[in-house]
Amino acid sequence: MIGLYVPGSTLVHRAPALAKLGLLAVTIAVITVLQEPWQLAAAVGGVGVLFLAARIPPRMVWRHVVPILWLLAIAVPVQALFAGWTAALMMGGRVAASVALAALFTLTTTVSSVLDACQQLLRPFRRWVDGDRVGLLLALTIRCVPLTAEIVREVIEARRARGATGSLTALAVPVIVRSLQSAEALGEALVARGLDD
Amino acid sequence: MSVIEFSRVEHSYGERPVLRGVDLVLGEGRIGIVGANGSGKSTLARMINGLVTPDLGTVTVDGLDVTRQGREVRRRVGFVFTNPDNQIVMPTVSEDVAFTLRKSGLSKPDVAKRVASTLERFGLAAHAEHPAHRLSGGQKQLLALASVLVAEPSVVVADEPTTLLDARNARLIGQMLSSLEQQVVVVTHQLELLDGFDRVVVIDEGRIVADDTPDAALGAYRSLIA
Ligand SMILES: Nc1ncnc2c1ncn2[C@@H]1O[C@H](COP(=O)(O)OP(=O)(O)OP(=O)(O)O)[C@@H](O)[C@H]1O
Ligand SMILES: [Mg+2]
Repeated sequence: MIGLYVPGSTLVHRAPALAKLGLLAVTIAVITVLQEPWQLAAAVGGVGVLFLAARIPPRMVWRHVVPILWLLAIAVPVQALFAGWTAALMMGGRVAASVALAALFTLTTTVSSVLDACQQLLRPFRRWVDGDRVGLLLALTIRCVPLTAEIVREVIEARRARGATGSLTALAVPVIVRSLQSAEALGEALVARGLDD
Repeated sequence: MSVIEFSRVEHSYGERPVLRGVDLVLGEGRIGIVGANGSGKSTLARMINGLVTPDLGTVTVDGLDVTRQGREVRRRVGFVFTNPDNQIVMPTVSEDVAFTLRKSGLSKPDVAKRVASTLERFGLAAHAEHPAHRLSGGQKQLLALASVLVAEPSVVVADEPTTLLDARNARLIGQMLSSLEQQVVVVTHQLELLDGFDRVVVIDEGRIVADDTPDAALGAYRSLIA
């Protein structure tokens, strides 16, 4: 999602976001309760096939998989000490398959289709919540991640240029001030773009 | 062309008067607004789409009052800000352009078509699926302009749209603005942006001090700030 989307037109990309989200939830639940190693092996194989079907470049797969491997490299041996290698490897396989599936979802689904899915999900509750507003809130939250990262980066640079490293106040004050200014400007731009309709 | 009309407009922020007795009728295709820092240009520009409303007097666009009919006015008047980062709402380029059309009542394929042709026109087609925050400054401003124009407003107001850009990108944005069929009102300190404009208004301490052809008005402005 957050700039991770890999454009494509495969079936995995085109499937409705709501269906993908539902399948993701169900599959992860099933993976969690699998007992037999061969079942899990099949599940891991299935996830692999989905990655191939979505034509995700190996570089992207690698980027998403490596952090989990680090975690598992520590967690699996520790688990093995307590529960034996079979159980530990099963646990590792479950985590890896679930995280990979979630990653596949973010790699093949645009934010706007997730927002649409959100609005569909909330439609039955429209008397209490405005799905459009919730969707927009999510979009803005996602949008604020790079915006805030940029502000923090600039402030750190400016602080370094003035030799004021180390002071937390010298970081927090300008970051908060700039974030509030950006928020105000963003609000004004939203009105200009017809958000009050 | 639309007609933008300021009639005896006064505005203050707190105690501080920012616009004083502004009377203007803007009906030309290309209008520039210049003046020193703090003279009231942005306040004036924001009034054209009702982001700021007058304390006294009225501002209308084609007879619609910006105070009472703000929504209708904003549908006609697109606004381009100095910093495109504040204007981009959605994560990817095409999603941001589509965001403008979310309440347009167009079907999904129609929205996609409009977005694609708009991105093509602004030279952003190759970036359609890219994260908007990774574009260069010039591309971001092009995106901001594309997101405004996809709604087909009749007036485009731009407040210092090239201030954050290098000379080449500033020229590019200038050419884009010049090529629009819409009525365009540009606030700027970069006077070359106003080449070929029909009319330039000079504002100083909240009053209109010159209002003429670009040559005459910019001459008056240069002697004012000399
Ligand atoms: N929201 C606000 N609250 C209080 N004062 C403001 C606000 N916006 C502007 N002002 C003040 O009003 C005066 C005119 O501001 P305005 O932004 O219209 O000037 P400007 O001509 O656009 O200046 P610049 O060239 O620096 O952009 C300035 O003195 C400014 O400090
Ligand atoms: Mg200004």
